[in-house]
Amino acid sequence: MTDREWIWIAAACYLAGVVIGTVALIRARKQPAGLIYGIIVAGFIFHTLGLYLRGLEVKGCPLGNMFEIFQFTAWSATALYLVVGITFRLSLLGYFTSLLSVVLSTVSLAIPVWDATRRVGTFGGNVWIEFHAALALFSYGVFALLALTSMMFLLRDHSLKNKQLSGFFSFLPSIRDLDQISVRLLTVGVVLLSASLLVGAAHWIRAFDTVNVAKLLITVAIWVAYGVAFLLRSRGKLHGTRLSWVCIILFGAALISVYPVNSSRHGDEASKPTLPSQL
Amino acid sequence: MLFVVGVTHHTAPLEWREKLALSADALPAFSEQVTILPGLQELAILNTCNRIEFYGVASDPAALDALRDTFCAHQGIDSAAFDAMELRHTGAAVIHHLTAVSSGLESQLIGENEIFGQVKDAYANAQTTGKVGPILHKVFQKTFQAAKQVRTHTAISEGQVSIANVAVDLATSIFGDLSDARILLAGAGDIGEQSAKAFRSRGATALTVTSRTMDNAMTLAESLDGVALPFDKLPHHLAEFDIIVCATAAPGAILTRDALTVAMRKRPAAPLFLIDLALPRDIDPSTAEIDNVYLYNLDDLAKISNGNRAARVAETEKARQLISEKAATLWESLSRRKSSPLSRASRRS
Repeated sequence: MTDREWIWIAAACYLAGVVIGTVALIRARKQPAGLIYGIIVAGFIFHTLGLYLRGLEVKGCPLGNMFEIFQFTAWSATALYLVVGITFRLSLLGYFTSLLSVVLSTVSLAIPVWDATRRVGTFGGNVWIEFHAALALFSYGVFALLALTSMMFLLRDHSLKNKQLSGFFSFLPSIRDLDQISVRLLTVGVVLLSASLLVGAAHWIRAFDTVNVAKLLITVAIWVAYGVAFLLRSRGKLHGTRLSWVCIILFGAALISVYPVNSSRHGDEASKPTLPSQL
Repeated sequence: MLFVVGVTHHTAPLEWREKLALSADALPAFSEQVTILPGLQELAILNTCNRIEFYGVASDPAALDALRDTFCAHQGIDSAAFDAMELRHTGAAVIHHLTAVSSGLESQLIGENEIFGQVKDAYANAQTTGKVGPILHKVFQKTFQAAKQVRTHTAISEGQVSIANVAVDLATSIFGDLSDARILLAGAGDIGEQSAKAFRSRGATALTVTSRTMDNAMTLAESLDGVALPFDKLPHHLAEFDIIVCATAAPGAILTRDALTVAMRKRPAAPLFLIDLALPRDIDPSTAEIDNVYLYNLDDLAKISNGNRAARVAETEKARQLISEKAATLWESLSRRKSSPLSRASRRS
């Protein structure tokens, strides 16, 4: 089986989680947390296998095109959920994580042009640059999960403010739990992205010419935005619904920024060898 | 013959149930008295504020009337008056009734959990007095299982229906675990006290009471194992609390938007849950617009309670269906036992 086929199976698992969760919500029943968690674990294993095969093919961390970047982000978010979900017993987060993974996986699988060109040795054999990129995208996975918990916070706030507490809303975690999880995710995401930029900067200082300015500016802008949000939250200046909106908007911006960052990088790396598409 | 004889809130008004209720002191003596009734083989007495019911096995139908007469004589009431309110079932209907009672389906507050413990106590008491034989043993054990399944597979016990418990449920939607939530109770009346007790029962420990009359605040604080706060100091301490329950008889708002805005500046990231149980209202309604502040008044809580009540009622048909299936299965199993008095009675009929 090819890497894409394994990833399709993973997407099917995530979709099964979404369907089961949706049925439970429609029937106003509690989420079958164990079942959804198990399905996500299965999806994660297939996802890992698919990305591993792709990694073998491109001889490195599979971050060479839009498809791989989206897949890696979905994989990171799922990996983190498997830890966060079991620690905080957030059954509804499993449902939303499945939904996010389905969307990211299916969209990237369904757009052939995103995976038309596969670059071998994207990072030129430099493990630090590879580490920098993997860390940055893993932080995006953290921010994806943060966007989900932020969305859940907004839904919970809306339900409490408007006295709509039955049905779907009754399964949401408490405001305080969601706030605590969001703050931790924001902290972890900022730390990972900072570490990634630190590693990248060390390379950048040595080889200034190899770094695309547009990519640098966009990445630093995302980092600064999350950093400012983190600082404001630490000082109690940004919290509650405003913080949630900021986290959702920033993740949207981060996701959108992947395209120009990826394009600019490929512009620089046009000379690198490519593999024929196996779509 | 398996039977149940009794009176419930469905058949008798409160003033009659008061007369019929057996006190805890009188119950053992009465049990001893009916033990010697001829034809009565097994007996368990369910005695709550909403029902007095005798579940038993008799070899002679006359034993039921003898039991009724003995009870009426013990309570000093006329048998004819009892007959007018009497609930009486025999055979499979007994199992159906006991399962419905244990599931909370026959309770005044549909789906309430307390009745399950009361039925268990009735069974345990009957075991102690040696009046539980093989039939009642099986009936009660199987009923407990069936009642648990009814509660699990239907929503008759979901959602709180008392105002105090609805408020506590809402608090858990905001804070999750309530063990470290700091609660202020403003007003030393009954409804505030009930709410405070409901919070206590769900793990809240840090409780402060304030009242315009400091003595009342201190008395209530002592009974709730909390502390009292002078009423005039309230504005300076607002920011210290996560949950504020207002139930004073003040003629106007005691918590204004300005005061709460100032308090929230000191705790911007921490949510504040305001529960206004007073009429006229104690809290300015516009405080609900403040970020991270959640305000619920008496009408809001009543609406949620009524919604939960309606949802429970909507589940009763499903629960009754489940109970019918369970009762039929159990009755069939009991009737198959050839040596049992039930099968002998079945053959006679």
